[in-house]
Amino acid sequence: MKRIHVQYFAAFRDRAGREEETVETDARDPAGLYAELEAAHSLGLGAERLKVAVNDEFAAWDRPLEDGDRIVFIPPVAGG
Amino acid sequence: MIEFDLSRERIDTEAWRRRLFDQTCGGYVAFEGWVRDHNEGQQVLRLEYEVYESLARSEGRKILDEAVGKFGVTGVACVHRHGALELGDVAVWVGVTAAHRDEAFTACRYIIDEVKIRLPIWKKEHYVSGDSGWVNCERCAAHEHDHEPAAVPADG
Repeated sequence: MKRIHVQYFAAFRDRAGREEETVETDARDPAGLYAELEAAHSLGLGAERLKVAVNDEFAAWDRPLEDGDRIVFIPPVAGG
Repeated sequence: MIEFDLSRERIDTEAWRRRLFDQTCGGYVAFEGWVRDHNEGQQVLRLEYEVYESLARSEGRKILDEAVGKFGVTGVACVHRHGALELGDVAVWVGVTAAHRDEAFTACRYIIDEVKIRLPIWKKEHYVSGDSGWVNCERCAAHEHDHEPAAVPADG
């Protein structure tokens, strides 16, 4: 099991009802972790509409997760 | 000068313009994005921007570096507000200086377009009707007012 720190912003913070959490997971990559969290929190968006950041950098969905990684799933943005 | 910033305070566009001033430049182009009183048929009262700060700062800096590399402009700066904003506030400001106007216009356009697409910043609009919603996140907004997941369309 890996311990992964997840931070939630905007619509995902509202949906998850929290700003962050630490989860224990067997997920191999962000795609697997998102599937678990989507099921747990009904985040309401498919991964195809998101980006993901690992340790404050945009990352690929199949980047292997490591113990202690910090993950942010990024719902559709609306800056400007 | 290459500088990206995020600010909870009002953006002092005149101060930013002065900082960009450069006697080697013949052109200065600036863009201001304002908080508008309507969106998609709804009357907007006020809004909030939320930002994933560390990633927004690194990505913002990357966009500015790209603009200098692609268009050869002299100075580039961009600042984005976050927190609570009122109608008419400047939400985002971009300034570009260059020897000639063509590249200044092009780089300014490039920066604001990339900022809108790439920065992890979210906008929540509060409407006259009392509703509110995260812009560009229709399914999330639908959830806020409708707690029947079965009623949400399967596609996005």
